[in-house]
Amino acid sequence: MHRYIGNTDQDKAAMLKEIGVDNINSLFSAVPDSVHLDRKLNLPDALSELELVKSLKSLSKTNYSTDDYTCFLGAGAYDHYIPTVIGELLARQEFYTAYTPYQPEISQGTLQVIFEYQSMICELTGMHVANASMYDGATAMTEAAIMAADSTKRNEILVGKSVNPEDRKVLSTYAKFRNMTITEVGYKNGQLDVEDLQSKLNSNVAALIVQSPNFFGIIEDVEGVKDLVHNNKSLLIVSADPISLAVLKSPGELGADIAVGDGQSLGNPLNYGGPYLGFMAVTEKLMRKMPGRIVGQTTDHDGNRGFVLTLQTREQHIRREKATSNICSNQALNALTATIYLTLMGKEGLKEVAEQCIQKSHYACNELIKTGKFSEVFSAPFFKEFVLQSKQSVEELNKKLLADKIIGGYDVQKHYPELENGYLVAVTEKRTKNEIESFCERVVK
Amino acid sequence: MLKKQPLVFEISKQGRKAYSLPTCDVHVSDELIDKKYQRESSPDLPEVSELDAVRHFTQLSQRNHGVDSGFYPLGSCTMKYNPKINEVVSRFDGFAKVHPLQSEDTVQGALKVLYDMDKMLSEIVGMDQFSLQPAAGAHGELSGLMIMKAYHENRGDAKRNIIVVPDSAHGTNPASAAVAGFDIVEIKSNEKGLVDLVALKEAMSDEVAGFMLTNPNTLGLFDENILKVSEIVHEAGGLMYYDGANTNAIMGITRPGDMGFDVVHVNLHKTFSTPHGGGGPGSGPVGVKKHLADFLPVPVVEKNENEYKLNNDRPLSIGKVKSFYGNFGVVLRAYTYILSMGPDGLKEASQTAVLNANYIAAKLKDVYHLPLDHSPCMHECVFSGDWQKAENGVTTLDIAKRLLDFGYHPPTIYFPLIVAEAMMIEPTECESKETLDEFIGVLRQIADEAKNNPELVKTAPHTTIVSRLDEASAARKPIVKYMR
Amino acid sequence: MKVLNELKYMESHEWVKVEGNNARMGISDYAQEHLGEVVFVELPEVGASVKAGDSIIVLESVKAASDVYAPVSGTVVEVNEALVDNPGLINESAYDNWIAVIEMSDASEVDNMLSASDYEKVCE
Repeated sequence: MHRYIGNTDQDKAAMLKEIGVDNINSLFSAVPDSVHLDRKLNLPDALSELELVKSLKSLSKTNYSTDDYTCFLGAGAYDHYIPTVIGELLARQEFYTAYTPYQPEISQGTLQVIFEYQSMICELTGMHVANASMYDGATAMTEAAIMAADSTKRNEILVGKSVNPEDRKVLSTYAKFRNMTITEVGYKNGQLDVEDLQSKLNSNVAALIVQSPNFFGIIEDVEGVKDLVHNNKSLLIVSADPISLAVLKSPGELGADIAVGDGQSLGNPLNYGGPYLGFMAVTEKLMRKMPGRIVGQTTDHDGNRGFVLTLQTREQHIRREKATSNICSNQALNALTATIYLTLMGKEGLKEVAEQCIQKSHYACNELIKTGKFSEVFSAPFFKEFVLQSKQSVEELNKKLLADKIIGGYDVQKHYPELENGYLVAVTEKRTKNEIESFCERVVK
Repeated sequence: MLKKQPLVFEISKQGRKAYSLPTCDVHVSDELIDKKYQRESSPDLPEVSELDAVRHFTQLSQRNHGVDSGFYPLGSCTMKYNPKINEVVSRFDGFAKVHPLQSEDTVQGALKVLYDMDKMLSEIVGMDQFSLQPAAGAHGELSGLMIMKAYHENRGDAKRNIIVVPDSAHGTNPASAAVAGFDIVEIKSNEKGLVDLVALKEAMSDEVAGFMLTNPNTLGLFDENILKVSEIVHEAGGLMYYDGANTNAIMGITRPGDMGFDVVHVNLHKTFSTPHGGGGPGSGPVGVKKHLADFLPVPVVEKNENEYKLNNDRPLSIGKVKSFYGNFGVVLRAYTYILSMGPDGLKEASQTAVLNANYIAAKLKDVYHLPLDHSPCMHECVFSGDWQKAENGVTTLDIAKRLLDFGYHPPTIYFPLIVAEAMMIEPTECESKETLDEFIGVLRQIADEAKNNPELVKTAPHTTIVSRLDEASAARKPIVKYMR
Repeated sequence: MKVLNELKYMESHEWVKVEGNNARMGISDYAQEHLGEVVFVELPEVGASVKAGDSIIVLESVKAASDVYAPVSGTVVEVNEALVDNPGLINESAYDNWIAVIEMSDASEVDNMLSASDYEKVCE
């Protein structure tokens, strides 16, 4: 008997008797003989807990972790500090073993957390309403594009080339199947090329997607393009780094109709790419068109404040093929993580994280250039990442650094062939002066 | 538990803090970013002490009910035990603290997990290759549907724009088909709740890309005609899609790949024990037969001798449906589970899940209407509250709310849509006979109350921290964030 | 269940009052009762051109969303803005609270509609 299975053979025999059948196989009588498996599944036999922990521990050690290697790699996933309280709170089973709060009376914990999360996302993004989460920044951006197409009844989306390539790949996958056209807008000095944008705006454009800070780490001049987009009756979709929103103008202030992004930086571990956290927030006008779950505040029969899932008639379980999206399970536990993170860091803490990112990344940028092994590529302002041109091959450089326990920056030439030896370096609040200086020393070696 | 639970913003006070950062050891300048890009005022986030923060979230957790708290027979969701070893393993530094863009030689362990899961899931459901990229079941459905469209177009057949679903389908099925750009045709189930073969045949044409089905279906019934169904669809040139939400009924017993399905998604957060998290994160890997493998999302994980590699060079791939490789942390938990269960454990799990559901059906069908009783159910059974409604106006909703008073999470209600006043009970294999007997006893008591004291049921719940909530005003005048 | 004799009806439960070349429409008392408490009305755009049978309005209750179909073809010339802030008006009085007015492009379409007594039969 397996420890995860509740009943012994005696229990099972008693139950079979009450059901009125001889053996368990009779319960499977509807399965045609020809598809009834007559062999054991070809899988490794069960391991005991002790053996399994040992085996998986040693498997995990074949991966290089950011605890042992100093990480200067960003490009969409970041090594930010995760306060210790988060792990302890997330281990509470009432949070992680519960499911969707369909029965609000016994889910006030989850529902209130989501309400607090929605509130914080609205504060950061300056928008009217946020949903309970999407799979990641890439799919949030994609669903924003779909929403814009549906709401304007147009089917072309303009997206900056300076937007994260992973996000653009997901967008173009979805677009292919929906007769949506994706047109890229070039960049100039690392920022969206406004002239190129102007030439591409037309009456078929549903929205412009701009990311700020963008993939190069550069802060976009969103205010400079807002009117162009709105005068064209298109929507403005802004994808933002939530840490940067502690100090930079919010998408709402910049005129965004939809704000999206990835909340991995808000207390979520790197986890080799997932689970992360897509966030989406919109203007009041677009509230009923927004995909995803939304929690609303209300009262019970006795006048007590409580929270419920609301505006559910947009969702798949009611509207089916007319739903605003097919999303059902989302990233609730990651949203809880972000809520705890933002509570712990608070107004001042988040600002300090952002400011340390700014100081440290600019320090690193200056020091790297001083080594003589890198030259500036863009002069536009950046937040916590920057692109430099390396005088040596990025692959060679990173191999060298790895031997010295440093995970180097990203080879942007992979996605931008015009940026020869382009090197994207991320510096978060976790990096110290010593680490940055070691990095520079190793580069020169 | 407090009756009145403040919002974190309501316990906030300027100057309090719960964070700790080292002093910044570099300073370049105060004018690094032009003022025009900067916010004038900081976002109004809470300011609380660390203890207040911990207490706040601890108190919130106490207002929740998890699988660890008590029986959670939410049909279709497979609320089985979430093993703690899965949690411990997922927190190992070598798994949690790894950047997705690190070079492949530094992440061989992670790639092995993805590769092994591809192979193991393929074996369990009878497919040839899996992608672990989709982040949830609905996402897996969407990916599978895109693969189907790409497959047909690649064959030069561009007019297959229709997906057929039974009227018992889970809402994500037609919703995913719509997101993938398909038109949807719904066919009625027959009087046994199974696929109506005549209606299916009539719905076939050279415009149909495929048929989406789960088996056992959402009524908890295994469709004995499944081979005929596959034949009909394949003959018309369509593909068969398997919604793997109900895989917990069939592991080690039968496989969708053997039943004729071409594309499958599985729900790691259902069948494979990863936690539901209050609404995610889940993981919905999508698997295909050989003839569709070229279309899987990129990258795929391959093994050359003893080295694992990511392969992005797949020209026929549909592309990417999510950034990076999927919800790795979730995949890892499922991996740990499969290695903990082994082939015998998985088979025993499915057999016991089916046994438990049949036991409940047998012990309740004299007091609650079991509309489709012509064959054993699989891992879940669907009752109708229509007897109670007819007698004293007590609805399935009332019964569900009354169950809350006894410390249970209610079953799924009002789904599937084709059963009036539906109540779908899925016990899973993890529950003991005592737990099931206790639950049966309570439901029998409620049936009795519905008969003799209906008001008690209609005004339930009585003992929860909030009573029934006004969902109508929440929808009419939505308050969706905190406002000072 | 109330049925006003002077109105015309559709099998799909819309009512129509012909006013010159315009058709003023709403949903019947039977419909509002079955829908439950209306929490939101998605109104069509003024100026939109519609075909008879198009879904032009969506009525949302807490647990369902129902399509309301154009009984005639033409152009939407007026919508009842009062329903934006107070969707429950439809439940209060389905016949006093119209939803939209369509300028008809083909007045003969009215002949396809049911009389009050025929509609009553549909509801049985």
